Amino acid sequence: MSPVFADLVGQDEAVDVLRHAAAAAAHIIDGSPGQGMTHAWIFTGPPGSGRSVAARAFAAALQCATGVGCGDCHGCHTTLTGTHADVRFVVPEGLSIGVGEMRALVLRAASAPSGGRWQVLVIEDADRLTEAAGNALLKAIEEPPPRTVFLLCTPSTHPDDISVTIRSRCRVIPLRQPPASAIASVLASRDGVSPDVAQWVASAAQGHVGRARRLARDPEARKRREAVLAVPRRLTGVGACFDAASALIEAAEAEAEAAVAETDATERAALETALGAGGTGRGAASAVRGAAGQLKDLERRQKSRATRAQRDSLDRALVDLAGFYRDVLTLKMRAPVAVVHADTEQLASAAAEKWTPESTLRRLEAVLACRDAIEANVKPRIAVEAMMLSLWRG
Amino acid sequence: MTSTASPPIVLVSGDEELLVTRAVAQAIEAARAADPGADVREYEAGALSPGEVAEMVSPSLFGGRRLLVVRNGQDAKKDLAAALLAYAKNPDPDVTLVVTHPGAAKGKAFADGLRAAGATVVPAAKLKGQRERVSFVRDEIRRNGGKCTDDAAEALLAAVGNDLRELAAACSQLIADTDGRIGADTVARYYRGRAEVSGFTVADAAMVGDVPGALEALRWALHVGVDPVPIADALADGVRTVARVASAGRGNAYQLASSLGMPAWKIERAQRQSRGWSPEGLVDAMRAAAECNAEVKGGSDDRGYALERAIFAVAAARQGAGAGQRGSGAR
Ligand SMILES: [Zn+2]
Repeated sequence: MSPVFADLVGQDEAVDVLRHAAAAAAHIIDGSPGQGMTHAWIFTGPPGSGRSVAARAFAAALQCATGVGCGDCHGCHTTLTGTHADVRFVVPEGLSIGVGEMRALVLRAASAPSGGRWQVLVIEDADRLTEAAGNALLKAIEEPPPRTVFLLCTPSTHPDDISVTIRSRCRVIPLRQPPASAIASVLASRDGVSPDVAQWVASAAQGHVGRARRLARDPEARKRREAVLAVPRRLTGVGACFDAASALIEAAEAEAEAAVAETDATERAALETALGAGGTGRGAASAVRGAAGQLKDLERRQKSRATRAQRDSLDRALVDLAGFYRDVLTLKMRAPVAVVHADTEQLASAAAEKWTPESTLRRLEAVLACRDAIEANVKPRIAVEAMMLSLWRG
Repeated sequence: MTSTASPPIVLVSGDEELLVTRAVAQAIEAARAADPGADVREYEAGALSPGEVAEMVSPSLFGGRRLLVVRNGQDAKKDLAAALLAYAKNPDPDVTLVVTHPGAAKGKAFADGLRAAGATVVPAAKLKGQRERVSFVRDEIRRNGGKCTDDAAEALLAAVGNDLRELAAACSQLIADTDGRIGADTVARYYRGRAEVSGFTVADAAMVGDVPGALEALRWALHVGVDPVPIADALADGVRTVARVASAGRGNAYQLASSLGMPAWKIERAQRQSRGWSPEGLVDAMRAAAECNAEVKGGSDDRGYALERAIFAVAAARQGAGAGQRGSGAR
């Protein structure tokens, strides 16, 4: 397997298609006809399946001097580290990607590749395009410049995630949720994680490679997970439910704040330095007015990013919690599958003794309903409180 | 309203605090109008001995009017009641005796005795029903020198709630800020955008199971252009507050304030509202509030209807004590 694709855990079919396409792309550069290359791709799959990892690896293979994604040449290296002049990554910081941003990106992607190979535009979370931004992108995909490649990542090809017309012009690479065993073996062989730790974090991460890696490396992430898994035991009454909801939300806020604080400060300092060069000469007053606007704009974007980070953090917690109730159900039904959370298996079997299958299922559904509600913009506190009460009652 | 000539015996009968306070203040005013140097004294019936009665009603050396207020007449012991009734049969024309009594069964014989002795009765009972409250608002506006239509009074009730003190304050505020002619549009203008007022009025009524009151407050809030989202939030806050206060157990509001992180008045109100709620019912109510929140955030075509349904669901949760959603033995 080519090294750039080695990070794609348990996705052998997708990797075959992408390697074939990369080889065809290299033929096109050489001037010979290439079969199997196309200029617009959609990577789909559940969170953690490696959509953006796949897009990045494919982009590297397209820029690779050897055409296979060796991982060592200048083209591979700069693409993987995000510094290649002809590869642009769009990572939405807020909840959506606006039309202004998209027009500028499309314009840039239309220019000739400076490295002589391909202009690549990678849009992570293409499901967060606004309708107008989607239309701007569609125009570019409909009449693609000869050496431009669009790589889009979305959870699925459902019309809610990506417009039907965009979908119809793209080749879809479906990624699956990698099995825990595949994640564990990658963590052990590539990240140097001890096999037993790799085993349990792979299963606790429920198919999310990045999450498994974070659990293996970051003691804070493990602590937060333990706090979440302590929730079922803490629900002893109505009052306790509200306390647990507060704790969960505050933990998500703290995690999100820590995650964005550093970037926020760096961005602000950079902007202030850039604006501070204005001096006091002619035009300084209007420069100050412009500066205030730019700072405000930055603050708005940062706030939007913080909101997203908070929701993502809360969602991780809910996925962990859902895993626990799924374990209870698994044990109750004596299903021959491994538990998600090996470290709370005892608690889960105690709960399985006590609860009926119906009430366990209702609890699991309450967690999933809470995720949906938050995604549908319900105030997180209200959604989580309602969930905790349902978890308590069963 | 009492006449300007001070009657010798006044019985203030009822438990509406604002009306009791007003009746006593009015008696004092009348006494002072008759004699600016009138001597006003107040007593608690529970702490007054029959011996003191003789002293307080005996003619003063210096003459002049006297006003004696005996509060909480229901707490008067037998011999005190007897002494006061004996005095009431042959009162001193320079003295006005005011007795307050909540109107309930306790000390009823004493109150009836005062009536029989010819006491002027000032009613101060809690208002019952929308009709009485509407006429209270109209009287208030009139007292303050303004004029008010029935629908304006209804609108004010919907926006402010049923607390007489708050209503009285709102009336004098409206009079102060307008030319005195109060129509429904005046109230609408005045309360537009005061979402927290309207939202909490809806929630307060819903939490005590007053469905008509909650629906009326809701219709009014939507009518004056309050956004449904803060109303839905207020509903969730109402359930949350009662749930947290109820599960904190019976305790002094001031002591609970720090552990719950809420002001004491909010705790006291929630303690009153928590009567009739079971833990199971609160679970259902919170779920209804969460569903309502989702619906007003865009999931539902008719957001007003989503709020109405949530009010019904909260009231049903209170009544059904959680049994409504599914059979028992769920666990
Ligand atoms: Zn390479």
